[in-house]
Amino acid sequence: MAIKTYQSGVQEYRQTYWQPDYVPLDTDILACFKITPQPGVDREEAAAAVAAESSCGTWTTVWTDLLTDLDYYKGRAYRLEDVPGDDTCFYAFVAYPIDLFEEGSVVSVFTSLVGNVFGFKAIRALRLEDLRFPIAFVKTCGGPPSGIQVERDKMNKYGRPLLGCTIKPKLGLSAKNYGRAVYECLRGGLDFTKDDENISSQPFMRWRDRFEFVQEATLKAEAETGERKGHYLNVTAPTPEEMYKRAEFAKEIGAPIIMHDYLAGGLCANAGLANWCRNNGMLLHVHRAMHAVLDRNPHHGIHFRVLTKILRLSGGDHLHTGTVVGKLEGDRASTLGWIDLLRESFVPEDRSRGIFFDQDWGSMPGAFAVASGGIHVWHMPALVTIFGDDAVLQFGGGTLGHPWGNAAGAHANRVALEACVQARNEGRQIEKEGREILTAAAQHSPELKIAMETWKEIKFEFDTVDKLDIAHK
Amino acid sequence: MAIHAYHSTKEYETFSYLPQMTPEQVRRQIAYAIAQGWNPAVEHTAKGTPARVSFWHMWKLPMFGEQSVDVVLAEIEACHREFPDQMVRFIAYDNYSQSQGVAFVVYR
Repeated sequence: MAIKTYQSGVQEYRQTYWQPDYVPLDTDILACFKITPQPGVDREEAAAAVAAESSCGTWTTVWTDLLTDLDYYKGRAYRLEDVPGDDTCFYAFVAYPIDLFEEGSVVSVFTSLVGNVFGFKAIRALRLEDLRFPIAFVKTCGGPPSGIQVERDKMNKYGRPLLGCTIKPKLGLSAKNYGRAVYECLRGGLDFTKDDENISSQPFMRWRDRFEFVQEATLKAEAETGERKGHYLNVTAPTPEEMYKRAEFAKEIGAPIIMHDYLAGGLCANAGLANWCRNNGMLLHVHRAMHAVLDRNPHHGIHFRVLTKILRLSGGDHLHTGTVVGKLEGDRASTLGWIDLLRESFVPEDRSRGIFFDQDWGSMPGAFAVASGGIHVWHMPALVTIFGDDAVLQFGGGTLGHPWGNAAGAHANRVALEACVQARNEGRQIEKEGREILTAAAQHSPELKIAMETWKEIKFEFDTVDKLDIAHK
Repeated sequence: MAIHAYHSTKEYETFSYLPQMTPEQVRRQIAYAIAQGWNPAVEHTAKGTPARVSFWHMWKLPMFGEQSVDVVLAEIEACHREFPDQMVRFIAYDNYSQSQGVAFVVYR
């Protein structure tokens, strides 16, 4: 064994934390960072600094380093790559030994990997592009409380995407009027309605009143249509105690599904709520308010594919993933990458989708991808093509804005969805033949016909800010 | 623009918002399910069975490995002849996902 003696002072990070010959272990957590260094800081030193500051290191040598086996515990930068089309930054790959993190804690992973290091002065900007979680770590996390298959069995929905709608206006409705809007949507043919994430328990509508009226609406729609229905009751609350109180009440009145905002509410609260849902047979819908603050800047922050993996580990049966075609940002190839990460059991490295590592999920269930935000019937062929069956397509304005009201809007969406699925199964190219498929379906649905006339000119064609890193100069 | 009143009706999950399928359309959906590698099955239940009832009556056993659309259609017809007043649905079991790949009511 090499003898080490204490030398106080400041060493270059690379002496300890840059190890290009390192072969990552199957149990290592691997990270890909996009680093924009300050002028004059070379790549190897910047990468080593990131590895050090996100694992064992600090700016100076300390005598207590010699009380442990630093070679076992340290993170190592082991590979550098150019970023295609951008010379201001580069990719650095860092391997972390699994014992740096608490079992089952994505919180522990984030306090290290996206902690102080993101404010480190020697780098101008830093972005966590991807993480590889070893199966040994995955197995310690709870994951989705039910998962896609169990939810399908519970809700009796097979062979098609599910349909949802966020109730609007976002804020200001009374509980009874809100319940009315829910009832109209569900009786018209939607599977789910959703609390807007802004709805918690404001003076205009307290949570308990909302839960009661909404549950009455859900049961009535179920009885009338003979189909299973649900409404995501938002239990995101100011404190964990309050969150659990609301969740318990939702269960008590027979609601099948509740909802949480995992970033604004916090990852600790989310994992706790997911465990509660697993123990109580409740489905968990997860919203992602705040994600764009973290993931939209191409040079700084956390990519959404990382936030997707974190949520799957932390636990949720649905996660908002963007729509590609609607009013909110989302590159198509990149979105296809993270919906795979949410749903599949093994996802191979695929740079064309922005996936930097193989990811093995083992037996952890997948979660439904939720496409929500500025979508309407004309988008249906594209949505079915992009998302496939294991998704919830949520039309808010696209349901409630129907000239004949929510029920007709819901009906129009359901007819459009089923027509697209039927045509897809018959082998037709539904994105290409979308107009004919929808027009034919509208022959027997006046609700769909009016919806198609109402929204025929509405498009959201802006350039994506967060593109995949391909040479697009 | 005139606003039309909307009347709720009993529905039957997937494909129930489309007109009742023609035999040719049913045939194509069964062919799709078989092409996915799923196992066809037929179930029936009394009309008016509540939404919360998960289990309908099985018509015989699932047709594991069946590749012929005609055989499946014949079983759907046989079930319908035996229970002309009941609903009959086609199911395709996906043994990899341990769930159903598709399920829809053929006779409403």
